[in-house]
Amino acid sequence: MDIRLLQAVPSDTERAAVDAVLGAPASGWDGGVRVNARDSHLAYGGRAMRERRHELVPALQALQARVGWISEGGLGYVCERLQVPPAEAWGVATFYALLATSPRPRRMLHVCDDVGCRDNGGREVEAALVAAGGPAVAHEPSGTHMQLDANTPAWMHSPCLGLCDQAPAVLVTDAGDPAVERLIGRVTADVARALLAGAAPGADALANTVVPQVGDPSLVLLQRVGVVDPTSLTAYRNAGGYAALGRALQLGAEGVIAEVTASRLVGRGGAAFPTGRKWEAVRTQRATPHYLICNADESEPGTFKDRVLLTGDPFAIVEAMTIAAFATGCEHGFVYLRAEYPLANERLQGAITQARAAGLLGENILGQPFRFDIEIRRGAGAYICGEETALFESIEGKRGEPRSKPPFPVQSGVFGKPTLVNNVETLANVLPIVLHGGAAFAAIGTTQSTGTRLFCLSGAVERPGVYEAPFGTSLKALLKTAGASPRMRAVLLGGAAGTFLPAADTDFPLSLEGARAAETTLGSGVVMVFDDSQDLEAAVLRIAAFFRDESCGQCVPCRVGTVRQEEALHRLARGKTRGGAEAEFALLEEIGVAMRDASICGLGQTAYAAVESAVKRLQLFQGGAV
Amino acid sequence: MTTTLISIERPTRAPKKPLAFTIDGRAVTVEEGTTILAACRTIGIEIPTLCFLETLRPVNACRLCVVEVEGARVLAPSCSRTAEAGMVVYTKSARVIHARRLVLEFLASSVDLSTTPGMAELLAEYDCKPERYGPPKPHALAGERDAAIAGHHAAPDPDFAATVGQPVMVDNDLYVRDYAKCVLCYKCVEACGADHQNSFAIAVAGRGFNARISTEMAVPLPDSACVYCGNCIAVCPTGALMAKPEFDMRAAGSWNIEAQTTTDTICPYCGVGCTLSLHVQDNTIVKATSPLENSITLGNLCVKGRFGWQYVQPGPSADSATTRDG
Amino acid sequence: MFGAGGGTNSYAEVEETDVVFLWGSNARAAHPIWFHHLLKGVRNGTRLYVMDPRRTDSAKWADVWMGLNVGSDVALSNTMAREIIHAGLAHAAFIANGTTGFDVYRAAVEPYTLDVGEQLTGIPAAAIREAAHTFATADKAMICWTLGITEHHNAVDNVLSLINLCLLTGHVGRWACGCNPLRGQNNVQGGGDMGAIPNRLPGFQDILDPAVRAAFERHWGVPIQPTYGKNLTEMLHAMEHGKITALLCAGENPVQSDADGNKVARLLGGLDHLVVQEIFLTKTAQLAHVVLPATASWCEADGTVTNSERRVQRVRKAKEPPAGARDELWILAELARRLGTDLGNPTAEELWNEFRTVAPAFAGGMSYARLESLGGIQWPCPDESHAGETFLHGRLWETPVRGRPAPFSVVEHAGPAEQPDAAYPFLLTTGRRLESYNTGVQTGGYASPLHYGETVDMSPEDAVMLGCADGDLARVSSRRGEVTAPVRIDRALRAGLVFMTFHFPDSVDTNVLTNDQYDPKSGTAEFKACAVRIEALVASVGAR
Repeated sequence: MDIRLLQAVPSDTERAAVDAVLGAPASGWDGGVRVNARDSHLAYGGRAMRERRHELVPALQALQARVGWISEGGLGYVCERLQVPPAEAWGVATFYALLATSPRPRRMLHVCDDVGCRDNGGREVEAALVAAGGPAVAHEPSGTHMQLDANTPAWMHSPCLGLCDQAPAVLVTDAGDPAVERLIGRVTADVARALLAGAAPGADALANTVVPQVGDPSLVLLQRVGVVDPTSLTAYRNAGGYAALGRALQLGAEGVIAEVTASRLVGRGGAAFPTGRKWEAVRTQRATPHYLICNADESEPGTFKDRVLLTGDPFAIVEAMTIAAFATGCEHGFVYLRAEYPLANERLQGAITQARAAGLLGENILGQPFRFDIEIRRGAGAYICGEETALFESIEGKRGEPRSKPPFPVQSGVFGKPTLVNNVETLANVLPIVLHGGAAFAAIGTTQSTGTRLFCLSGAVERPGVYEAPFGTSLKALLKTAGASPRMRAVLLGGAAGTFLPAADTDFPLSLEGARAAETTLGSGVVMVFDDSQDLEAAVLRIAAFFRDESCGQCVPCRVGTVRQEEALHRLARGKTRGGAEAEFALLEEIGVAMRDASICGLGQTAYAAVESAVKRLQLFQGGAV
Repeated sequence: MTTTLISIERPTRAPKKPLAFTIDGRAVTVEEGTTILAACRTIGIEIPTLCFLETLRPVNACRLCVVEVEGARVLAPSCSRTAEAGMVVYTKSARVIHARRLVLEFLASSVDLSTTPGMAELLAEYDCKPERYGPPKPHALAGERDAAIAGHHAAPDPDFAATVGQPVMVDNDLYVRDYAKCVLCYKCVEACGADHQNSFAIAVAGRGFNARISTEMAVPLPDSACVYCGNCIAVCPTGALMAKPEFDMRAAGSWNIEAQTTTDTICPYCGVGCTLSLHVQDNTIVKATSPLENSITLGNLCVKGRFGWQYVQPGPSADSATTRDG
Repeated sequence: MFGAGGGTNSYAEVEETDVVFLWGSNARAAHPIWFHHLLKGVRNGTRLYVMDPRRTDSAKWADVWMGLNVGSDVALSNTMAREIIHAGLAHAAFIANGTTGFDVYRAAVEPYTLDVGEQLTGIPAAAIREAAHTFATADKAMICWTLGITEHHNAVDNVLSLINLCLLTGHVGRWACGCNPLRGQNNVQGGGDMGAIPNRLPGFQDILDPAVRAAFERHWGVPIQPTYGKNLTEMLHAMEHGKITALLCAGENPVQSDADGNKVARLLGGLDHLVVQEIFLTKTAQLAHVVLPATASWCEADGTVTNSERRVQRVRKAKEPPAGARDELWILAELARRLGTDLGNPTAEELWNEFRTVAPAFAGGMSYARLESLGGIQWPCPDESHAGETFLHGRLWETPVRGRPAPFSVVEHAGPAEQPDAAYPFLLTTGRRLESYNTGVQTGGYASPLHYGETVDMSPEDAVMLGCADGDLARVSSRRGEVTAPVRIDRALRAGLVFMTFHFPDSVDTNVLTNDQYDPKSGTAEFKACAVRIEALVASVGAR
């Protein structure tokens, strides 16, 4: 392409960081040194070069990780290497919250101020950081804000880091070679101050992943978490690992899909689509290749179950993906992993490497004519990329803007090819289904909701963490097991896209049909408990801010609606209503309905759900009533 | 009768199957692959659009064209959703009207739509009250919106409704960018990008309400990859992008569409033969466009055709032709 | 081509072909809207090869850029031909059916082995082989070219060598297959259509054909010479030898647009009588005894032009001309009247209808009304029920062939007439930029941020060797003249190759450098190659 390259020159460090991801330049025409004999009469480019576009985000991430931000020289070098127009690369870089496009210190603290942390120690951490290092970074310095020095750590707010069971949470990123990333839980004011002063971060909060029910023999999905060494393939195999893959290869692709269909497993990512039907749809697509994507972009505030599976039992996910690939004819798999989970990345990468070395990935898996491999793609700070079509765009090296459906991913997904997307938890269910049969799986749970489900208990509970329970277990019982506060006022069920339930409305079975009857949703399994020590209105405002922040901005209802919703809530919260609270409630309803009906994707469609329940069920914001 | 060795004609595609469905209770039969919007137009049902253009890939961003499809959970963008056999579509249901009204209000309360053709009528038709979201916030400073960090924003000011207001960008002699008028329809990005020009001088940067059309690092156009084809201006639905003569004449109050004639001719430059529509006011060319439906240009031109006609304007350069009247 | 003087295909076909050889063309800059069609093809999967000594903006879109040595086009096409023949990829059935002269051609290209090709073109043999195989095995393929092919002293040979490749592979006479010259000016094609070339009467009818002459003599009532007229280069020669002493020059600025401009100025200045019909007082007009101020034909008068896909389109009067400027038809009619012939006062449409009468097979069906309603029509269009032809020469696939089969032509590599040597060690090639046009009389006046004046573009390697930086002034001299221009470093160039435009002759008159060696068959001079010397000067100006 006849792109106009940037004039700024990359530093040697930036060049090296990018080359480490992209490989050395092939010629003087894509960022290498001009060699007359090779380059003066011949150049290759065109389609072959354009097909490398998907490497854009990894290359930008490499710059971010190495120097802490993406300079003009660095951006320009990536553009030259991949022949991506600078304006496009800029559009991508500025889309993702964890890619900085102006100078940042090598160390940044990303401090969770989301619903799970802010009232559970987060505010104290923030106060300590403000006192020690000034306000959070909120605008690029070219605006009006602050000049940042490379050697003076700074901090900024972050949406939910997926560590609500160990609130408050901080993600520490130290740019360098190697870059260091640590997700730290139960951060105290002292720890925060020390980190801001440059102290070495301790071990990742999850190095020893445990779950409250550890050792419970009824556990299915969590049976190995905290029990079997997640860094050892041998340990995994000794614990029965890879038996399911062996069985799957015996069953054959159609046999596997028959079992999955018989299990009546439905997707755990939120939409509850029958997994067997999805697999069959991908398997029978004529277009090739087929792609498999494990959606590990868990970013729904209050959700951390996938993190527990990925750090506590990574081989299970690799094995389950291999089975899914076998059944649906995929040769290439991606795990799209949220950026905020460095340990999950490490564990999963370790599992993939060991599996590959053992012939469990790659060519001729288990001696069969079956080829499959897995590549991890890390998010870069965008909740919307958990939406499957936005995820495709992100993998393709673009802004994470959802696509219009149809066409559906099974027909036209990543790179325009048939694509199977399954959530981490959904895939985890595949192993017991294949091992014990679909019928046995379907015997668990209720008639309409089969199997077990993971729930993320956090907030005002004594024993926060991920719980596994058969569908149909009552919410009340689950809250009791986790030790919910006796002063519980409300539960946020299903995440920011879910609903607030008053304490009195928590006695119903946790199943798809039970939730529907209770006019709520299980969503991503969030069960966040609020008692009287917490500010529910502030939580609702935070959720409204979250949707505004995370809207990709593509469609009008969501881009503007999330702003108008947040503005109305702030007017209510501050007693500055336009025409009284009832008028504001009516306006919120109008905005919410338009977002739900007319937005492109699930983000806008659910952006009013929690707000609506807060107003209608919890009767919040009545203070603004005249 | 002669025979040919092989088929030399354009390969014929399998004829598209007809399919029948219902719009507002009326039976419609269209070819497979027809969008709901196109089907509506064949039977005279008007659907408002903003981000849709026949010559661009639909981006489904504005959501003004949504319709209700019976049985669907949410509304569908008629500009890109293709009709299916048996589909039952409503273009004026209460849900549709509500969504369109709110979309229009969202835009009118956050964007300057004063130069969007037909917008005043549309706002009236849908009974929009954009003022109910509060008085518009004063314009941002130059560069302020460009400095936003994705995923972060300042808490709302309860006294104002947020807008995309910001100063006009005048950084070259050929055209002006007034992003206070930008509805983020993506048309300019598509026209500059893969749909037509493939120069990729602009893209959408940032996200959410701070999403904006930007060059790399928000540099001025002359420092960008812009080649001044003006194909972005040609597709801009709101006047956010405007050729300098029109911008200046509007500012001076001398822009008068009623006094303009439009004549189609052929560009005087290379041998491609692009149709130029010359908009002439007082014997002066004030704008050059090309018809969207023209098979050669699809509405596009290059910098020479779009702007390179100064030499025939009344003034000193043309007068020189008469200095030696033979 | 094969008796029809126009490109074989429609723009739409380039969107659906499988392989394009874009040869000697920087269409991205010179034909931007045609390039949109090409890019649609590229996005649809067309494999694009660009043959150009410079890695131009067009070449940057290519799957493969083949940076051949200037003037080695015949060597490259002959090498590909030999490779295609030896690999058994020639289209035997088509060759047998629709062509003549294959055996002689095969023998002629035999010496052009891949190694010889690499030596002559500079392109690695493996790349030539790959391109040849891709072209030959493609279902549909096209070759498109511009002045990189035709502004050489062996221009016609260059064109023939490309046509040979299409004949060899059967990539002609079919949808999305063919040979297409992209016309550099908005009515180059139309001028030829109407007979404004020295060897053809309207509708490309051969002036040597007695039947054709007889028909026109009947129609016009005047005798028509049974010999070809002179092309521009031949006219200049005739002036040099005193054979031409008076000239009417309409809408052309040869003093600045022709090679060896100093010589052209001297010859025009020496004429007994020079009349220039112009919209500007150009450098040429300044030499005239009489200047006839004309209207800008595309916006101040009515008429038609023909584009590169043979589409005849209407131009219309959109505004009044400046005081004193006259319609070109009026000027012509008045000239005739004063020279003793009354042509009446024909309108553009009346004149067009006369053309339809004398070239019925060509344009009989193209009434103004139809041109209007169909948005232009592609010739030939013999009658009013005919929609015009999207592509030409389908007849070559008919058995038996209707009309004359297409001949292969034997052409040999010649190289530029002037090669770099110790005294003039650089090769200068010239061309256009996106925002400017020809000698700049039309484009000089609008305020484009892309304008930066004339520069001498050179490779980074040469800049280092000459010790100059971007913006430094350099003196460029050839055996014919010298100019001074700022240096612009451009990675698109390789060492030894420099590039200039001819858009800014008032400040830098590039064509005083160029070589007026011309192709006797086409009359076009070798603008694309001349040897120059470059010296860095100390003073520096702020070029971009």
